[in-house]
Amino acid sequence: MTIPTEAPTEAPPESPAETPDSPPDNARGGVGESPQRPDATLKVTGEFAYGSDLWMDDMLWGVTLRSPHPYARIRNIDIGEALATAGVFAVLTHEDVPGNKTFGLEIADQPVLAIDTVRYQGEPVALVAADHPEIARQAAKKIKVDYDVLEPVTDARTALGHSTPDLHGELAEEVTELSREAAHLHPQGNLVRHLKVRVGDPTPSADVVVVGEYHVGMQDQAFLGPEAGLAVPDDVGGVDLYIATQWLHVDQRQICAALNLRPDQVRLSLAGVGGAFGGREDLSMHVHGCLLALHTRKPIKMVYNREESFFGHVHRHPATMRYEHGADRDGTLVYVKAEIYLDGGAYASSTPAVVGNAGTMGLGPYVVPHIHVDCYGVYTNNPPCGAMRGFGSVQAAFAYEAQMDKLAASLGMDPVELRIVNAMAEGSLAPTGQIIDSAAPVVELLERLRAMPLPPALDSSDLRHLPGGVSNTTHGEGVRRGVGYAVAYKNVAFSEGYDDYSTARVRLEVVGGAPQATVHTAAAEVGQGLVTVEQQICRTELGVDTVVVQPKDTQVGSGGSTSASRQTYVTGGAVQAACHKVRERLLALTQDYLHETLHDLRLEGGMVVSDTRGAVASIADVLGAKALEETLEWRHRKTEPIDPEKGQGFAHVQYAFAAHRAVVDVDVELGLVKVVELACTQDVGKAINPDAVVGQIQGGSTQGMGLALMEEIQISEGKIRNPSFTDYLIPTILDTPPMPIEVLEYADPHAPYGLRGVGEAPTISSGPAVMAAIRDACGLELTRVPVRPEHIIDSGDGRGSRGEPKRRQP
Amino acid sequence: MEFLAPTTLADALAAKAEHPDAMPILGGTDVMVELNFDRHRPPVLLDLTRVPELAEWSRDDRRVRLGAGVSYTRVIDELGHVLPGLAMASRTVGSPQIRNRGTVGGNLGAASPAGDSHPPLLAGGAEVELASLAGTRTVPIDEFYAGVKKHVGRPDELITAVYVDVPTGPQQFSKIGTRNAMVISVSAFSLALHPDRRRVGTGIGSAAPTPRRAADAETFIAGALDDDGLWESKGALPDALAREFGERVQTAASPIDDVRGTAAYRLHSLAVMARRTLAWAWSDYQGGTNA
Ligand SMILES: Cc1cc2nc3c(=O)[nH]c(=O)nc-3n(C[C@H](O)[C@H](O)[C@H](O)COP(=O)(O)OP(=O)(O)OC[C@H]3O[C@@H](n4cnc5c(N)ncnc54)[C@H](O)[C@@H]3O)c2cc1C
Repeated sequence: MTIPTEAPTEAPPESPAETPDSPPDNARGGVGESPQRPDATLKVTGEFAYGSDLWMDDMLWGVTLRSPHPYARIRNIDIGEALATAGVFAVLTHEDVPGNKTFGLEIADQPVLAIDTVRYQGEPVALVAADHPEIARQAAKKIKVDYDVLEPVTDARTALGHSTPDLHGELAEEVTELSREAAHLHPQGNLVRHLKVRVGDPTPSADVVVVGEYHVGMQDQAFLGPEAGLAVPDDVGGVDLYIATQWLHVDQRQICAALNLRPDQVRLSLAGVGGAFGGREDLSMHVHGCLLALHTRKPIKMVYNREESFFGHVHRHPATMRYEHGADRDGTLVYVKAEIYLDGGAYASSTPAVVGNAGTMGLGPYVVPHIHVDCYGVYTNNPPCGAMRGFGSVQAAFAYEAQMDKLAASLGMDPVELRIVNAMAEGSLAPTGQIIDSAAPVVELLERLRAMPLPPALDSSDLRHLPGGVSNTTHGEGVRRGVGYAVAYKNVAFSEGYDDYSTARVRLEVVGGAPQATVHTAAAEVGQGLVTVEQQICRTELGVDTVVVQPKDTQVGSGGSTSASRQTYVTGGAVQAACHKVRERLLALTQDYLHETLHDLRLEGGMVVSDTRGAVASIADVLGAKALEETLEWRHRKTEPIDPEKGQGFAHVQYAFAAHRAVVDVDVELGLVKVVELACTQDVGKAINPDAVVGQIQGGSTQGMGLALMEEIQISEGKIRNPSFTDYLIPTILDTPPMPIEVLEYADPHAPYGLRGVGEAPTISSGPAVMAAIRDACGLELTRVPVRPEHIIDSGDGRGSRGEPKRRQP
Repeated sequence: MEFLAPTTLADALAAKAEHPDAMPILGGTDVMVELNFDRHRPPVLLDLTRVPELAEWSRDDRRVRLGAGVSYTRVIDELGHVLPGLAMASRTVGSPQIRNRGTVGGNLGAASPAGDSHPPLLAGGAEVELASLAGTRTVPIDEFYAGVKKHVGRPDELITAVYVDVPTGPQQFSKIGTRNAMVISVSAFSLALHPDRRRVGTGIGSAAPTPRRAADAETFIAGALDDDGLWESKGALPDALAREFGERVQTAASPIDDVRGTAAYRLHSLAVMARRTLAWAWSDYQGGTNA
């Protein structure tokens, strides 16, 4: 927000704070402030309508029949009995899909409804519409599917025919012959993508070498609002879909292809989204709802329940990662070799891009002269995996940060010092060969963290401070404190040559005597606060107080995905650019209105203001009855694909950096953990909305901590064992520690307002910091997340809890 | 599905006699989850929340009669000092919302091995009151559980109350969960000292098909305390005794591997909890509190 040149007239002390002449405080709410969200009151009072609240009086309920098997051929589907059930209006199978029978974000490999094979447990096989959800559910059970059950492929290395190397053995050879793979799950084989980075000497040597193999379990987005939508047929073969999603236009493209309809026939509007975190980037019930609506000519509501939701969206890729770090005696990194397997499950979803990130970000924010990375995305019969906050970087960070600590221990160095010695800075070379061309304050982030005061020593008088909490498992016995650090490094926005843009429409007119801006984008608000940011940008750029955010829909061009920490950057950039065009026209009108040419005009507080002469006209007077409207597409600078052999190229637009320090108390005898404090430093370029930035850091840190400590979809033979919030645990407020946060603002000259994407970086470093702290407390290597109590008590030598845990090898 | 909502115990018992397959519902925190997941389709739901006889508790010198419909929140607020073991367990149940709705009677009705009220009832001594049109009987708590999620109540019977002994010594409850709140127990243990009878009571949760006592450990520790004259002297509890007690508690369990934890960890954690809770209770006993 620009500072007003004239001091506002002070109200006499006895007058109320708000008079018609003085706008309420939050009416300003420009860039850099933290105005209230437009939907805040509705959300707090429970009146906000989420996707699952959608309702039409004559609607039917759609239900999905899903495969109970991870892998099977379908011999026959008999819908007769289900269709004959009273109250049932339609039962549909793949035969009823009029257009493309498969869809996908990057590769169209996923059937809308299973055709002759099911490749994961929970794969949609048939649809039912009925006048009551319970009738639909019971009817779905009457569909008889004759399955020929096959042995599922459930291990990523096995799927590729790679042997499991012993920890100190050689890296697996590259995939050359497909004949060594397990049975092909898809015609093109089981490899979705193999990314290679080759930099420097292929056979480097170093004074000190540490090797480790790490595993990351399958995390779920665990958004609270389940998948939901309402599809309403029109009278002429088209459909309107109200849907909780992350990207209306990519949905529209896929729905049109499946339904064989034109975009003008498939109109999408964003329904209230109860969290997303990547899990709504792929289609869920979109095509299904539309198919049923077109078939029955009635509105169709579909809502997944909690259990179905676990089968209804992609998850975070589980990873198996083998890393070898070599360094000089002084700690300078010489080389890193990494082999990363990401289990993409049955369908590709965004696996290729996740591989891109894990492969190119997988060494962390450190300068490495010699690099050898192989990152594989693999098909298996596990649940499909795709986008989730942190997207490939989360998995790799657990490995590279554990390696940095291991290396520090080998060198007898302080782990923070080792990171500082190797930290990237502006001008450093990234593994892709790109020069980091804006601030990369890794050293400062670490130094600030280290300088923050440590929390007080354990107070065992209050159970709530102890591991186990009121479950009363310790009164201080067995509790050891640990401290750990980790740094995150993440690309912002879409990479590798993707044409990544957003569209914004901004209109300025006089309503009720006052200037009002209206902003219309299709960029999904999923809870992160984009609607507030859009308002703030309009206020700052157009000098108005009132900004109406139009409902998000496909009546305006694509806003791109609400993912990759990109919306404030890209849609924010589009809104700013559209505002600038509107402002140009308004300033031209001002010249006409004043009959003179002024070059030092700006918009502020509803006025056109000259630097030299102060307010020269009110925006309302200049506009009169005119409305100024501009629509434009805005792109960030172009990126390019990386070359397939060496992984080199200008792949990434921008980087986000964050660092965490975790302090934990661990009951080493019971393996229970209490995170005492989770401090974070992050560079955000420019905090467009400081409260929202802190909110993103708190939420992201908690989600990353959750993966370290408890969040895992447990899979056995391709089947999910815990599809409920009873057993898929996410941190409660009693698990969530105080979070001292320092936000740095080093402007990125390439980005609007200098901002950096915020949402993902804190999710990446918090978990590794927590793991480092637990290792510090219990002295074990702990190579798997989520860590479980039994891992923490296992001393690995059969002595169980009674032996002293072995300390990390120096 | 039929929904019956009697307002007197007599009507409730009559309804249950008429519909033995009716599913009773108190707080509904188990029942509604089961219905939601489509695990049960009872022909009749028998709502007992309007039966005043179930909603009250009373006490005499020897024991508390806890109506089946008394919520965890009320156990904590109103009986926290009278029944410390049960109150400690109640504090670990779910969230405030669940504690407001959920009841000890419902926990007994569900008879889940993971139910948190069972270990303190086993350790402290309790009897379950079962009523039907044919009459009322009481069953000692350690004879109540009849298998995974099964109890000895007949289809025409309702759980009307549980009689819990007023403690004569310190009580403890300890529960393992993989987060610090709102978690179903991976394993749980409760302990009660009964200095009047020179006995030690135990209760194990989530580590066998049913909640159960560790009878051998109880006998062992009571004998050892007797032999060393510790009940009278209130002397220090030898560490070796506490350890052996822990190991014997462990051998009483027969846990399984499941999504919440491994059998090995359950055994290990039981030994630690048993050792620690004994030490805490003994230190209370030495200090005279609760004694
Ligand atoms: C989110 C959540 C968290 C939970 N956390 C815990 C926890 O930490 N620890 C724990 O132990 N439990 C937990 N539970 C389970 C549940 O809350 C407890 O078992 C509770 O004690 C059930 O009491 P209720 O009154 O709600 O029982 P209801 O659901 O009403 O009934 C439970 C069972 O008892 C039967 N029943 C009810 N009344 C009678 C009667 N008078 N006679 C005979 N049978 C009867 C019912 O038919 C049913 O089978 C949790 C549940 C939820 C939903």
